[in-house]
Amino acid sequence: MAQSEIKNYNVNFGPQHPAAHGVLRMVLEMDGEVIDRADPHIGLLHRGTEKLIEHKTYVQAVPYFDRLDYVAPQNQEHAFVLATEKLLGIEIPPRAKYIRVLYAEIGRILNHILNITSYAIDVGAMTPMLWGFEEREVLMEFCERACGARMHMNYFRPGGVASDLPAGLTDDIKVWADNYVNFIDDLETLLTENRIFKQRTVDIGVISAEQCFEWGFSGPNIRASGVPWDLRKSQPYDAYAEIDFDIPVGVNGDCYERYLVRVMEMRESLKIIHQCVDNMPGGPCKTDDNKVSPPSRGDMKSSMESLIHHFKLFTEGFHVPAGETYTAVEAPKGEFAVYLVSDGTNKPYRCKIRAPGFAHLQAMEFLSKGHMLADVCANIGSIDIVFGEIDR
Amino acid sequence: MDLDLQELCEYIASTLADDVQESGVRLDELEITVKRASIVKVLTFLRDDANCQYKQLMDICGVDYPEQELRFCIVYNLLSLVHNRRIRVKVWTSEDEPVDTVVPVFKTANWFEREVWDLLGVYFSEHPDLRRMLNDYGFEGHPLRKDFPLTGYVEVRYDDEQKRVVYEPVKLTQDFRTFDFLSPWEGAPRILPGDEKAEETGEDAS
Repeated sequence: MAQSEIKNYNVNFGPQHPAAHGVLRMVLEMDGEVIDRADPHIGLLHRGTEKLIEHKTYVQAVPYFDRLDYVAPQNQEHAFVLATEKLLGIEIPPRAKYIRVLYAEIGRILNHILNITSYAIDVGAMTPMLWGFEEREVLMEFCERACGARMHMNYFRPGGVASDLPAGLTDDIKVWADNYVNFIDDLETLLTENRIFKQRTVDIGVISAEQCFEWGFSGPNIRASGVPWDLRKSQPYDAYAEIDFDIPVGVNGDCYERYLVRVMEMRESLKIIHQCVDNMPGGPCKTDDNKVSPPSRGDMKSSMESLIHHFKLFTEGFHVPAGETYTAVEAPKGEFAVYLVSDGTNKPYRCKIRAPGFAHLQAMEFLSKGHMLADVCANIGSIDIVFGEIDR
Repeated sequence: MDLDLQELCEYIASTLADDVQESGVRLDELEITVKRASIVKVLTFLRDDANCQYKQLMDICGVDYPEQELRFCIVYNLLSLVHNRRIRVKVWTSEDEPVDTVVPVFKTANWFEREVWDLLGVYFSEHPDLRRMLNDYGFEGHPLRKDFPLTGYVEVRYDDEQKRVVYEPVKLTQDFRTFDFLSPWEGAPRILPGDEKAEETGEDAS
């Protein structure tokens, strides 16, 4: 009998697959229904952010960071703003630090709601998405009240934040935070002990701590593998050193625990939000150095110097002393960092953006190998990728 | 034994005396420049040495300095979870001299090196799979080089007659405008008209 050769076949997953969380094209080599090789092709959303930033002043570069990980824009801005401040060598007022931490945590919850609920829809649960987006809308209203934009805030600026919080906003955030616990409880009744959800996620895409190091994992993904590593604790920036919170850690590092870690992180974020609101110091919300932060509108009407400062800041921008820094923040997805090289002019010489999703997606083949096709969706959802930041 | 940053810097520089060209702590960040040929050796040492334990490679970044002979600087950012420290390792190279790949040391380097190749055109020798990363299939050029124009050379559109996406040279309806607001009064080197004469006479005198 002639020997017949069994050929693996290739499946082109994406780029417009709803479970791809954006524009991911993945070439899957399948042996029956088992994944043999997964080759993600990225770059379909490449906009040349790094190149564009080289042609913009430091303040003009901030909005580009909103458009990286558009699910939690504040956290990206945070990294760039901290890097700029480090090169400038300026200290920001305590109120600005607290406002930034408050909004960074709102960004974290925004991100985790989207991730958990869309992850649930990938593995077959519809309702969480519908519930979650209601809450996201409330949070985006808080963003709108602070700066006028629902998503792309452009709120964190070198030297502080763009404007102070309007009266009554922190009270509303507090009321929301009190009630939000109930939402997390409700969400957990839908998913945590859900038989189908557990069947789809437990023991899928297991990664050990040692393998996490090799693949450059960070954020909730590395914590789910049992590594208690969080930049907010280990290398605290802004007001995180003064705030008390815990770091949830997993044991097995599978898809289910990555979900659990994110749920627990939302609860910890609420703790941080409560502390920020309660301990919010008074005073200015940006540095009074008018070479870096713009003067108030009122000053501009009466003071010639303020007018000049304003004009200079929004045409030329400020000069950043030559130097380089690698500044990282704990973004909801992991370590988001900016490697900023300044040559002493008003524009960054090079601004490399280190997106956590880039490293996570790279491990896709490792996570999916030997699993079924349907598990690929669970893996993509659990490592939390957004193409805005991966493709840049 | 827990060393502080300055001590660690001296420790690395003395242990790898043949490979490290420059080392220092700037803005509380440890930075070493190493010879191109020894990058794999240095990263392996940094990963395995008990005082370093830089187990994670967070980022590889390329920077272009076209005015220098070795125009590309490849920057490796490493993180040690045990010691809660970072280090920046730099390697200089030119357009046609390849850098050894560090994929055998850190698996995560794979995509980061592909990205540097794609955006800057630095070749990594022995890399398992050096394809373009972020740019289109068949893209020409390396966009993050300083001599690559911001607008690029080609643009795409869907051609209804050919029923496919076609590439065309970039047509700008409005000229590309660069606003150079760099003030001559601040930050920029101060060259006053007539200053060059003083230098000339100074040279003559000496």
